[in-house]
Amino acid sequence: MLDDKDRIFTNLYGLQDPGLEAAKKRGAWNGTAEFLALGDDWIVEQIKASGLRGRGGAGFPTGLKWSFMPKEVGARPHYLVVNADESEPGTCKDRDIMRHDPHLLVEGCLVASFAMRAKACYIYLRGEYIDERIALQKAIDEAYKAGLIGKNACGSGFDFDLYLHHGAGAYICGEETALLESLEGKKGQPRLKPPFPANAGLYGCPTTVNNVESIAVTPTILRRGAGWFSSFGRPGNVGTKVFCISGHVNTPCNVEEEMSIPLKTLIERHAGGVIGGWDNLKAVIPGGSSVPCLPKDICNDVLMDFDALKEHKSGLGTAAVIVMDKSTDMVRAITRLAYFYKHESCGQCTPCREGTGWMWRVLTRMCEGKAEMSEIDMLLNVSTEIEGHTICALGDAAAWPVQGLIRHFRHEIEDKINTYRTGKSVHAVAAE
Amino acid sequence: MSELRKVNVDGKEIEVPGHYTLMQACEEAGAEIPRFCYHERLSVAGNCRMCLVEWVGAPKPMASCAMSVNDLRPNRDGTPANIRTNSAVVKKAREGVMEFLLINHPLDCPICDQGGECDLQDQAMAYGRGQTRFDEDKRAVEEKNMGPLVKTNMTRCIQCTRCVRFISEVAGVEELGLVNRGENAEITTYLQANLKSELSGNVIDLCPVGALTSRPYAFNARPWELRKTESIDVMDAVGSNIRVDARGAAVMRILPRLNDDVNEEWISDKTRFVWDGLQRQRLDTPYVRKNGKLAPTSWGEALGVVAERLKGDPERIAAIAGDLCDMESMKALKDLMGSLGVTSIDCRQDGAALGGQGREGYLFNSGIAGIDEADAILLIGTNPRLEAPIINARIRGAWLNNGAEIGLIGAPADLTYPYAHIGDGAAALEGFAAKRGGFTALFKKAKKPMIIIGMGALARPDGAQILRKTGQLAARLNVVRDDWNGFNVLHSAAARVGGLDMGFVPGESGRDVASILDGAGKGEVDTVYLLGADEIDMSALGDAFVIYQGSHGDAGAHRADVILPGAAYTEKDALYTNTEGRVQAGFRAVFPKGKAREDWSIVRALSDVLGRTLPYDDLAAVRATLETPAVSAFDPAKLGKAGKIRAGAFVSMIDDFYLTNPIARASAVMAQCAANASGLAEAAE
Repeated sequence: MLDDKDRIFTNLYGLQDPGLEAAKKRGAWNGTAEFLALGDDWIVEQIKASGLRGRGGAGFPTGLKWSFMPKEVGARPHYLVVNADESEPGTCKDRDIMRHDPHLLVEGCLVASFAMRAKACYIYLRGEYIDERIALQKAIDEAYKAGLIGKNACGSGFDFDLYLHHGAGAYICGEETALLESLEGKKGQPRLKPPFPANAGLYGCPTTVNNVESIAVTPTILRRGAGWFSSFGRPGNVGTKVFCISGHVNTPCNVEEEMSIPLKTLIERHAGGVIGGWDNLKAVIPGGSSVPCLPKDICNDVLMDFDALKEHKSGLGTAAVIVMDKSTDMVRAITRLAYFYKHESCGQCTPCREGTGWMWRVLTRMCEGKAEMSEIDMLLNVSTEIEGHTICALGDAAAWPVQGLIRHFRHEIEDKINTYRTGKSVHAVAAE
Repeated sequence: MSELRKVNVDGKEIEVPGHYTLMQACEEAGAEIPRFCYHERLSVAGNCRMCLVEWVGAPKPMASCAMSVNDLRPNRDGTPANIRTNSAVVKKAREGVMEFLLINHPLDCPICDQGGECDLQDQAMAYGRGQTRFDEDKRAVEEKNMGPLVKTNMTRCIQCTRCVRFISEVAGVEELGLVNRGENAEITTYLQANLKSELSGNVIDLCPVGALTSRPYAFNARPWELRKTESIDVMDAVGSNIRVDARGAAVMRILPRLNDDVNEEWISDKTRFVWDGLQRQRLDTPYVRKNGKLAPTSWGEALGVVAERLKGDPERIAAIAGDLCDMESMKALKDLMGSLGVTSIDCRQDGAALGGQGREGYLFNSGIAGIDEADAILLIGTNPRLEAPIINARIRGAWLNNGAEIGLIGAPADLTYPYAHIGDGAAALEGFAAKRGGFTALFKKAKKPMIIIGMGALARPDGAQILRKTGQLAARLNVVRDDWNGFNVLHSAAARVGGLDMGFVPGESGRDVASILDGAGKGEVDTVYLLGADEIDMSALGDAFVIYQGSHGDAGAHRADVILPGAAYTEKDALYTNTEGRVQAGFRAVFPKGKAREDWSIVRALSDVLGRTLPYDDLAAVRATLETPAVSAFDPAKLGKAGKIRAGAFVSMIDDFYLTNPIARASAVMAQCAANASGLAEAAE
């Protein structure tokens, strides 16, 4: 279990003042000027050495991503864009960071921008996050006023500007290139890759897009050392991570824990356990709504990190743990997610635009059992026709929950179809 | 150009330039890649996902339209990257995409106008599954109003956004867009306003399905029952390459043909939709005015009456050639007038001060394709958007892709790109070279500067003086160089350059158009031969005897004393020279109406009756007498005449794009378009 002294987000629950003075007392803005003095390469090396992997879902090594930026600033300026469009169902870690520990993010923006030679950084905030905008803007204003950012930030001689941009509440704008389009004032639709943002991102300039948590942890990594950060978790999956635990648990919460903590430990220690006890568990979606669910027998001993969950054909995603107990109708649960992806598909490319609606409609029928047995395999096949064939990862995100459902809970669909055919109600069967 | 890169396509190793897309590389290797959204003249959208190919080793298939060969890494062992277009992965991807496209498509091919030339139909046959697995209700989308030209059936739309990209990139107006998201995405105009771009018809060709079809052509014909004739357009001086589709005696539609040097693959709406005018107001029999009324008659009588008139004093006879005339008929008429001793002939109905001073003085010398290379363009007295929409789109392309800067001297106009408005008229032209900064500085620095002077400046009484000033400007700013001729005249009449080339201009002591009209009004000219000339002021002809030879009953025919029915441009094999001096051949798609004949042969028959038989018996013999004038040393500073330029803005000659010639004025569709453009149509609704 992570000791309190090893927590990065020491005000995650908002028990203390989020303001600048209180944040400084908690360690923020301590020695920032000194890191900057050590140079941009040093910072990138530290982040590489820390083994930090992106906290937004894909888990790409952050230091490596930063090193893709051109070494010299040419005719085109560099940009850092922070993805605060946290819209993945089940995920609510960034909002607590922005509400209660905003200075860690602001400081991270400065450090990361300096490391990538970016004089301007944009934070793209989810449209629904009103309180978060107010809190974050307050922190930015405080930092400007204190000379921590702006001209000659922290006395380092580095001029840095930080802008907060408020989105309009579209899930797709959390996709990095759709986010850039939206930031440029266009319709939020993902771009084709390549070119990748490090080559041609915001306004066609070299850009890195990072998750809020990835950026917010960097100053602390620099302060406490890469070795400290990499001492948590398993090799390749190191550091601390904010987990969001929701669903059928006694005390849903956000909690910072070390990586590779067993799922069962995480739930029982921090979320008060599954309602009705561990044996009442049916399934867990371990990484936000887009990853496939895991049934109880896998949940018993799976570790919460990128590689362990990948072995079980799921993923860590945003580490948003959605717990479902035995009262859950899995088919309806996944149908609701399918509806979400159908609703949020941008409509740009064919498989996602047409496929998400198809899957949702088939699932909706399956909820009542009004389907053919052969349609289960057809649904699986349709999901594989979406997966990997789209411009962005939303197609994959829509396909995976359905694949997880059929992989682990096929029998529930079959039960529903059988129940419908035999004329007995679903609930009657469940009660028997 | 980038270096050659090796790539292995389906086991075949080929070498292609690195900037090639995978799609181009695969085609180079002979593999066929299906596609919907990709179009080589539009930006890459990559949204249909039909062109997916497998890059061996990559986790996902790649959109081959969007990925370049340079983006490929060689294999670990150093061999070129392997692309597969026929693997199981690709087959599955194509089948999947095809299925997704079809699930919400109505499959109403039997009642769809796109049937027979539908990409979706063809590719479904080639790459789709045999049958559907989709058991839900299909999505239906309300039809959208897009005006009189484009008919919509948006349920068929596959959201490829070709139309949106065309309208915003090439046509340069923000009239189409994709609204909503996900499966509710729809293509529409803003609040369903009518499309007003003069290039809007091209979206019909671009649409790979039957969502956007031609409204005038709707339910008229199937593509396989049409006779297709490749020809040349005469609606403007661009000489767009067209294909005329006809059934029986009627032209059913007009489509563009590919010619990168002229119209790429676009045509204007006037070119495309004028065809219903070919069926209306036609002159299909000779007429002679008897007792003040035009009465149908025989060819023999009509030609006899004309011959009688032409036997008079040649000083009192004049001939004017119109804007749509082919070169053969103008040559025949010129030769006939020459043999009669008539010197008052003119092909410049608008009185443009051009000709007689060497060919480069009246050509679009940079060439239409040359616009692509230009980096500064000065427009003088022209509104290319109305006079030649294809050229305007090219100028927009130069601005968009080449960073060209554009300036305008003349009345301000709504072009489709930003421009520096230097001034309205004479003062701006005379002061241009001396200015410092602004557009003048950009123009002086340009590597390939262009001056485009239009009829708004030349077809004025002081046109010759404006031409001289413009030529001097071109000389002073070194616009004409050894490797680049940036002096350009933008004509608006298809016949004009051909007429100037053959010298269809007043001979010694001959009268020009203004003088012919003046003479006719005063009784000094008593016979006027109008070869398709309808754009002059007929009331100025006074009591003169008017012979009208042409295809449509327009201003000229109403005034005429004898009408000789000719052929429209779709009804004859004929040559036309476009504004850049390019001679192009049009071909007959249908026969002339009724007793009408090909125009050169009418003149030839008339010469027989006159006893001055012209020395040619067939078209080839007429053509043999046509020569392109020799190129002489070109000094732009000596063009035109010295003198003062009057006050007043240079205003484009065209005030209604859709109604510039007799065929267009006979067209109901063009009338609707004109009402639409002026806002009358919407006001009436």
